[in-house]
Amino acid sequence: MQTAKFQSSNDAGVLSANQGSVSGNAVASSTGPSGLPEATKQLAKSQLERVGKYITGFCAALVVLVVVSLIFLVAQHGLSTFFVDGINPIAFFTGDTWNPHNTGADGMPLVGALPMIVGSFSVTLLSCVIVIPFALGAAIFAVEINPTLGSKILRPALELLTGIPSVVFGLIGLMVLVPWVRSWAGGTGYGILAGSLVLAVMVLPTVTSLAIDALESVPATYRQSSYALGATRWQTIWHIVLRAALPGLLTAIVLGMARAFGEALAVQMVIGNAAIIPSSLTTPAATLTSILTMSMGNEAMGTVYNDVLWSLALVLLVMSLVFILIVHLIGRKSVSNNAQ
Amino acid sequence: MPSNLSERAIKAKRQDKTATVIISVIVGFIILLLAAIIIYILAKGIGKAVDPSFLTSNPQQFKEGGGIGPELFNSFYLLVITLIISFPLSLGAAIFLAEYAPANAVTSGIKTAIEVLSSLPSIVVGLFAFLLFVIQMGWGFSIASGALALTVFNIPLLVRTIQQALESVPAHQRDAGLAMGLTRWETTIHIILPTAMPAIVTGLILSAGRVFGEAAALIYSAGQSAPALDFTNFDLSSASCPWNIWRPAETLAVHIWKINSEGVVPDLEAVSDGTAAVLIICVLAFNLLARFLGKRLGKKLTAE
Repeated sequence: MQTAKFQSSNDAGVLSANQGSVSGNAVASSTGPSGLPEATKQLAKSQLERVGKYITGFCAALVVLVVVSLIFLVAQHGLSTFFVDGINPIAFFTGDTWNPHNTGADGMPLVGALPMIVGSFSVTLLSCVIVIPFALGAAIFAVEINPTLGSKILRPALELLTGIPSVVFGLIGLMVLVPWVRSWAGGTGYGILAGSLVLAVMVLPTVTSLAIDALESVPATYRQSSYALGATRWQTIWHIVLRAALPGLLTAIVLGMARAFGEALAVQMVIGNAAIIPSSLTTPAATLTSILTMSMGNEAMGTVYNDVLWSLALVLLVMSLVFILIVHLIGRKSVSNNAQ
Repeated sequence: MPSNLSERAIKAKRQDKTATVIISVIVGFIILLLAAIIIYILAKGIGKAVDPSFLTSNPQQFKEGGGIGPELFNSFYLLVITLIISFPLSLGAAIFLAEYAPANAVTSGIKTAIEVLSSLPSIVVGLFAFLLFVIQMGWGFSIASGALALTVFNIPLLVRTIQQALESVPAHQRDAGLAMGLTRWETTIHIILPTAMPAIVTGLILSAGRVFGEAAALIYSAGQSAPALDFTNFDLSSASCPWNIWRPAETLAVHIWKINSEGVVPDLEAVSDGTAAVLIICVLAFNLLARFLGKRLGKKLTAE
């Protein structure tokens, strides 16, 4: 399909270029019915075509330039922690003390990022565990059980949920969830649990709508064959549809995780922002995003503290690339499985 | 063994019923949750949200009774500037991808770049804008920096929706245009774009709703302060001129985050509830507008 498009666009280009040059030789002789020389019109047409192609191509190139410069700038600043300030990457990734204003026993600043890395992964995984049954249930409902209600009520509801700003989720978490956790777990109520619950609600629409797409892409013949064998609806869903849609469902979950991993403000508002390795789900913790949000404005550019913050941003960036890579690997694997 | 078989059939039927009930309960819970979130925010904040003095007065840092006048204006102004920059750019990129792009490594590179951009955390986008526009360009915390940050944030979503809208135009319409002797560009402008317009408009408004509520990309680009605005001031270099794009501009979403993380405003809860209600009302309005316009345009197009 893509190749066909390419060829046809190429042909059109060649054609109009030829017309341009042919009639270009006969400018004086032929005059169009409108009074305008036919050749000028043709020329303008092929010029317009070229201009259109260049302008839209320029827009696309600009987007690529933005992405490349974004990755370059963040990597440049994030890596200077290790190459300019001489901090050992092992100390950064495995150190459990985050206090960049002070130096440790080895005379280097205490820049252990492990508490934030653990915090980020904990909220991401926990929110995923919470969201999977809900997203899967909702997707099954919308595709298999009641498509009418699914498209009339559930989908608009999910769209609305996507539109609610993340700070509003953070605010609700702060006013409702944190006091609720405090009431039964004691302590402050801030922590991984509150953060994961807020994130679960936030990624629910993303995961659900992707899961709906995955279930819808299962061919109807699969279901019909299963029903023809006498299977109940649930047996069909469980043994046939879910298994056939597995790659798509995994993609949905991974993209949900990517969103949870990168969410900043809602998490920052409810997690307590204590850069220590969390001892339980209900004690204050921190994530990469929450520390970045809190500290970036306070530290001057070029200081070690600031560089280390950029390293945290780089970790976030690399993780989001990893999530994309996983999605691509899932896609490739399912394609090769289908081919077998 | 027929009895065993019928037992199994009964068991399968029971499982089927149980599963249906459980799934329906899950869906009911999700709908209730959404309703609860919206009702909670509206119920707590509606008193403030319909109070004209709250909507127009300046915020207070240490006193009670602060308003959100500048924040409300900033949110809309930033949104408009962001859309002015990001819509043409996304439209161009989407037309290129949908109509021109050859199937080669360059095109798949562009697609990958857009995919990367769409999965980047918005805080990283904000920090990039902070580095490039606020510091290296020396623009400081400003509407210009914020609008560009939001543009970067908005582009992947907008490109994808516009591209899908263009690609969903039936191939025979494209072929017909080309067969009439139109160039690819003319076909795109006169045939494809008008047909795809309802979906493009819907996508644009939905993305506007997302931009309107975004905060993480803005705290280090448009800044966290809202200078008092004077609508009679047209001196574009003055910090109190509303239209000056070089002044810092805190938005509604950033305001909620900032007052809650600082925690010094005495009537913190009332102000953040009111702001959240205003934010939700705007987002709901965007959502309804997108549906309405999408349907309206679609009808107009098919009726003609």
